[in-house]
Amino acid sequence: MSDTALYDIPGPLARRRHRLYGLVSTVVILGLVAWVVYLLFDTHQFTAEKWRPFTYVGIQELLLRGLGNTLKAFAYAAVLSLVLGGVLATGRLSAHRPVRWLATLLVEFFRAMPVLVMIFFVFVALKVQPMPALVTGLTLYNGSVLAEVFRTGVNSVERGQREAAYSLGMRKTQVMTYVLVPQALRAMLPTIISQLVVALKDTSLGFLITYEEFLHAGKLIASNLDYGLPFIPVVMIISPIYIGMCMILSWLATFAARRQRRSPKTEAVEVAAAEPGTLLPGAGTH
Amino acid sequence: MNVLTDNFSLYGKGLLGTVELTVYASLLALVVGFLMASFRVAPVGSLRVFGTVWVTVLRNTPLTLLFFAVLLGLPRFGVVLPFQLFAVLALGCYTSAFICEAVRSGINTVPTGQGEAARSLGMTFGQTLGAIVLPQAFRSVIPPVGSTLIALAKNSAIAGSFSVTELLGTYKTLNELGYSIIWTFIWIAVGYLIVTLTISAVFNVLEKRWGVPR
Repeated sequence: MSDTALYDIPGPLARRRHRLYGLVSTVVILGLVAWVVYLLFDTHQFTAEKWRPFTYVGIQELLLRGLGNTLKAFAYAAVLSLVLGGVLATGRLSAHRPVRWLATLLVEFFRAMPVLVMIFFVFVALKVQPMPALVTGLTLYNGSVLAEVFRTGVNSVERGQREAAYSLGMRKTQVMTYVLVPQALRAMLPTIISQLVVALKDTSLGFLITYEEFLHAGKLIASNLDYGLPFIPVVMIISPIYIGMCMILSWLATFAARRQRRSPKTEAVEVAAAEPGTLLPGAGTH
Repeated sequence: MNVLTDNFSLYGKGLLGTVELTVYASLLALVVGFLMASFRVAPVGSLRVFGTVWVTVLRNTPLTLLFFAVLLGLPRFGVVLPFQLFAVLALGCYTSAFICEAVRSGINTVPTGQGEAARSLGMTFGQTLGAIVLPQAFRSVIPPVGSTLIALAKNSAIAGSFSVTELLGTYKTLNELGYSIIWTFIWIAVGYLIVTLTISAVFNVLEKRWGVPR
């Protein structure tokens, strides 16, 4: 039942009608799925020849190595962007105006640039290896978005907390490290994890600069003439793994959000999700 | 500086490609996103499930993988279309999932009384949604939809690597012609800033005109 009361609790007649609609739409959706499956069979995607490569250990290892490289790039990018985000957020919350301006400039610039342009710039113009180029691009972008998340988090801790801490005679650094940041971090955990999902998804951009990640391994197998160009089988194997990884991480974010809604430790923080790459005032950041 | 003046037509073509991709994909994303959002709040169970699956899968798909599957995969089904159309399809469907979520949370911001009043006037689900709730939800989703479309404009850079004419792709030609690579990228960056700042300005105007006063 929707909480905006878009429809009433259906009576017997309406329930019969809804069942009819449900039946019709299910048939239509199943028809579409069946059509796709028919096309797959029609274009000979399920022949043994096209699926045979996946029985070879060498090819399985190739895929696993690709997956490992994807996860490696993700791990580096995640850790580094958390660090960069922390540094930039500290800069934006600094009491010194020049530091604040510089940090704001960096954050706004890196959030406004397509992450792929940054990756290509590092890769082509600075002639860096694919892996560091990918990690650099991801770090700059996600780091700036995370900086904004951290800053919003710290600013949304209830004012009384800050005032109480100052009135106890704490210094600004102490107020930050002992009072505001711990509460903000806990409250911002779901948003931080969601941003890490973005980082994980964007590691696939490494494919475009010939980094030997998961998609790259798939492309190698797919363009093999010996097995009749098994492109669709490759997509069928790669996408569930990729999407599954991202779903697990997204689910973790939802789980954290649900947990903290019950937790008394985040009561003082009004959680507002920070939108990545927002240029609009008032959207997400308050 | 002369990187820009010497290759003005090349940059212009790239910028135009990016703008075209962004506009068409935005339209597709908005239409599909609104449709999926209404599916997700519909009284019919199978439509709700369809909407939920659509959003969950597309939100967790890397866009490069989607491009890979659509631009290189669909031709194997015998679906042969221009690459630009494929790119619009991939970008539009991907972004529609985010639009759908924005619209759905917008629907939730409309006070319950509005829907109840519409129901008590005897309006059907379609009328309640279309004439009462969505127009009001529209006002509060202007900022999130704006930032989603900015993200779309930035994501369109991926299309360039799949041989679609757009801004980032121009670097290849200029690199071969031997121009300063740093300046090439600076002008590309300026081009993207123009596109994203324009979208941002448009949505600021919309927000001023129709947005919910905060």
